[in-house]
Amino acid sequence: MDSLIKKICAGDVRLASRLIRDIEDKIPEAKAKIKKLYAHTGKSFIVGITGAPGAGKSTLTDALITALRKKNKTIGVLAVDPTSPFTGGAILGDRIRMQKHAEDEGVFVRSLATRGALGGLSQAAGDAIHVMEAMGKDIIIVETVGIGQQEIDIINHAHSVVVVLVPGMGDEIQTMKAGLMEIADVFVVNKANRPGANQLQTELSSMLNLASRNGAGWQPPIVMVGDAFEPAAFAEKTAELAQKIEEHHRYLIESGKLTERMHRKALAEINDALSFCLLEPVIAELTATGKMEHFAEKIKSRQADPYSVAEEIAKTFFIKQDKK
Amino acid sequence: MPERKIRVMVAKPGLDGHDRGARVLARCFRDAGFEVVYTGCHQTPEQIAAAAIQEDVDLVGLSCLSGAHRALFPRVVELLREKGASDITVIGGGIIPEQDFPLLYEAGIKAIFTPGASLETIVEWIRANIKPH
Ligand code: B12
Ligand SMILES: Nc1nc2c(ncn2[C@@H]2O[C@H](COP(=O)(O)OP(=O)(O)O)[C@@H](O)[C@H]2O)c(=O)[nH]1
Ligand SMILES: [Mg+2]
Repeated sequence: MDSLIKKICAGDVRLASRLIRDIEDKIPEAKAKIKKLYAHTGKSFIVGITGAPGAGKSTLTDALITALRKKNKTIGVLAVDPTSPFTGGAILGDRIRMQKHAEDEGVFVRSLATRGALGGLSQAAGDAIHVMEAMGKDIIIVETVGIGQQEIDIINHAHSVVVVLVPGMGDEIQTMKAGLMEIADVFVVNKANRPGANQLQTELSSMLNLASRNGAGWQPPIVMVGDAFEPAAFAEKTAELAQKIEEHHRYLIESGKLTERMHRKALAEINDALSFCLLEPVIAELTATGKMEHFAEKIKSRQADPYSVAEEIAKTFFIKQDKK
Repeated sequence: MPERKIRVMVAKPGLDGHDRGARVLARCFRDAGFEVVYTGCHQTPEQIAAAAIQEDVDLVGLSCLSGAHRALFPRVVELLREKGASDITVIGGGIIPEQDFPLLYEAGIKAIFTPGASLETIVEWIRANIKPH
């Protein structure tokens, strides 16, 4: 196992991707490997890219890779696409926009399917980030599944969150407002050559002005990115975006906010691990032994209530732990 | 023991822009419960091999309707071999004359499907021949 860890830390793509897969497939050995790897993580800067489906997240990620490679940063990308709830299959298409970097050894792009997770990421995303961190990637970009209002898991994983909006989505911005204002560190108004872009910018800035009255130290900038099919202007604007992300990184370090975010991330990681190590095995055992069905029947017929059932389950589970 | 999800990649090497078949296949594989990485048109064999390794797929499916399969398909197999990834199975399809089959099989392409091949047959082939890593 030590040689595996060494190789991943040296950047072995094959082994890294396989380990990510083991995590996705919940192969028991994967947990032990992550434990070993963990000491080598925590040094990368993690950037989340989120926004509605089709907003241009993958295209922007591709452009960000180009801009950051010019500064000699090594990049990991995790691109999440939805799993079909009906078949369990998924089409992972984010990569289409990033294939020009496929042969660049400083760039590692790995697609993930949500596999039922509802927060806009996949359950494996946290540990997949850890694997890329151990590989020594300077910057890890995490592209979420298109965001609605609930899908904000990204804030538990990223240090800096870019929210991508496009003009012409009408009232959407109003309904997304509350959630967005809290999670965005940088806004992109994408496809800004389209009608409504200036109005969107004005709306955003007035919302931001309202929000900043409580004296927050970072005013999220709004980057207006024009059409991806006008390469020169697009490159200039996406370089500006890379610049803003870098400025936010610097701000986080200098203001001490980075430690705060890492603390939040640590809490989320404990939460995830608890659910993985305690809750999931319990549910798996109850399901395998048929007890889950039995409890469901009891609740359905009102012979029991869900809280008493949960307490009973907790009791048996902890007694078993004691005996071991 | 948890069950492994089959991961496949559908790729279009070369300058061929006929992507309808590749898209149909990608959707069909999703419906079969596979995770499908789709990389789009105009890929070099080098890009395809690199992506297959980064994505840790079990299978690479190459689609070519332009006639360039004789050079492009074997090159993908060769590159995977060079990168120590010969456990990734490569199959192909599209407009491929029967007289080219021996050359492609010899080069390590494990199966070839031409127009009219039913989607069920293709999925069955994958289920029978691919054991996830
Ligand atoms: C639709 C079509 C087009 C559309 C393409 C639309 C699109 N975005 O895909 C348009 C009009 C754009 C087009 C253009 C051209 N076409 Co055209 N086109 C066709 C046509 C009529 C059907 C192709 C198709 O979509 N079939 C439906 C799909 C579902 O089938 P399929 O791709 O064959 O896939 C099936 C199998 O082959 C197999 N399969 C395919 N790939 C893979 C991969 C894997 C991994 C597996 C397991 C299976 C598999 O499984 C699928 C299911 O059965 C064919 C003729 C034909 N009968 O095939 C000509 C054909 C492919 N075209 C041809 C030509 C010459 C052209 C042009 C060069 C014409 C020109 N001079 O401009 C251009 C070039 C375009 C380009 N950029 O490359 C020739 C190719 C000749 C050759 N190879 O020697 C063909 C064969 C017509 C002919 N008889 O001359 N074309
Ligand atoms: N007109 C225009 N289209 C764009 C732009 N950026 C992306 N697109 C297109 O929008 C679609 C979705 O882009 P993608 O990056 O995949 O969006 P994602 O779903 O947010 O990742 C694709 O068809 C892109 O080609 C842009 O700046 N201008
Ligand atoms: Mg995308």
